Amino acid sequence: MQETESSKIEKNSENSESSKSPLWGVRGLLHLADNTLILAQRNAEWCGHGPILEQDIAITNISLDLIGQSRNFYQYAAQLINKNIKPAESEAPPSEVPDREGTKFDGEASEDSLAYLRTEREFKNCLLVEQENGDWGQTILRQFFFSAYQYFLYEKLQNSHDEQIAAIAAKALKEVTYHLRWSSEWVIRLGDGTEESHQRMLKAIDELWRYTGELFVAADYELEAGFDPGLLKDEWMKKVTAVFDEATLPIPPLGGGGAVFMQTGGKTGVHTEQLGFILTELQYLQRTYPGAEW
Amino acid sequence: MSNLDNLNNKNISEAIESSKALPLEVPAREGTKFDGEANIWKILEQVTDPEIPVLTITDLGIVRAVKIIETLQNPPLGGGGAGIEVIITPTYSGCPAMDMIAMNIKLALLENGYSNIKITSVLAPAWTTDWMSEAGKRKLKKYGIAPPRLRSDGTSDLQCPQCNSTNTKLISEFGSTACKALYQCNDCKEPFDYFKCH
Repeated sequence: MQETESSKIEKNSENSESSKSPLWGVRGLLHLADNTLILAQRNAEWCGHGPILEQDIAITNISLDLIGQSRNFYQYAAQLINKNIKPAESEAPPSEVPDREGTKFDGEASEDSLAYLRTEREFKNCLLVEQENGDWGQTILRQFFFSAYQYFLYEKLQNSHDEQIAAIAAKALKEVTYHLRWSSEWVIRLGDGTEESHQRMLKAIDELWRYTGELFVAADYELEAGFDPGLLKDEWMKKVTAVFDEATLPIPPLGGGGAVFMQTGGKTGVHTEQLGFILTELQYLQRTYPGAEW
Repeated sequence: MSNLDNLNNKNISEAIESSKALPLEVPAREGTKFDGEANIWKILEQVTDPEIPVLTITDLGIVRAVKIIETLQNPPLGGGGAGIEVIITPTYSGCPAMDMIAMNIKLALLENGYSNIKITSVLAPAWTTDWMSEAGKRKLKKYGIAPPRLRSDGTSDLQCPQCNSTNTKLISEFGSTACKALYQCNDCKEPFDYFKCH
């Protein structure tokens, strides 16, 4: 009896703690938003250049979904930033130093200021999404790796105690399910296609595999939000293995001498040279004509 | 990512200035709140989707709730007073029609004498094609778009909107808008849009 009682209490205190802590902070939200914005921008580079019209439309539709998701995350981040700058009078002032990293501008933050006015080192997207489009196979593989990650990520986040995160994730999960199906089918088609397409997929794996490890390395802002992306790794690997098997593509060695060295840094703002070029194009208009609107 | 909210408010201020005589309070509708809401729903039933103009926003299930509020918090035109809050939900996270739909709702209500209209977009629960009305599905089909249909086992049961054949093939998972996929009928050979189950 006593044991049951004490374990109950323990459980209760655990509950109350977990319902308090797992709210996402500004940096965590920016990471989620930057991931989707940068991949959307990369995919949008295909607009008018897709191998056939239908797939040109497909990749830009995925781009649109991702922009929508990033808008939701940026809007949430902007709300938090603005609340930290000007806490409502009725509310107690924030106990911590306002989390304003990456928001070097006067006035209020908005989805636009967060997307258009932050510098390279302030972007927290993982390295995978900023890599070059390469050929269609490389673009497909990047999308597949990321969609598989996003699928398991949003599946977890839709149950987050952070209601706004849960709502964004539940909505986005429907879209990502579709992206994952589409990109899986393409990986299979190209991997198990012609000798040429198979070779190109091998080259794409060689190019991109080294950026997949970072997806599962927790950043401080994820742990603060009560979320460890490392927990997604097994499910992700299972999905990738299943699709690669069907595509007759090999999974690179995971350990031992042949293991690929995994690149990291994007989540903390240390990027490959690619991101600077992306932002130059993405932010050009707002930098040149500040405040320009449609 | 333009700041359409300001744009909307500007347009509405202009619309109000040009027709001076708009009432500031919610017009009395048979004396009860419920009837007032019913009238607003009737107006919303006239607002069409900008990308699929054969469907109204109520056919699509985009309008989740209508509230008549005695004192609207942060009314778009400032001041206190009664107002209307229309709660909508996007079909897809990146649906580019949402800003326009919000503006069209405001304009339709203004034209009908309402003012102080607030449009609130909510994400949860996530929109689903299950919310599309049967009338909406019939209109879609007549327009040449196969409506979303699910078999009991969860697979799609789509029909060619031209000849009703179920012998169809997928051309592309993605179509001309986020909510559609591209199919072709194997019998009459006609390519057609399919409104995806979501």
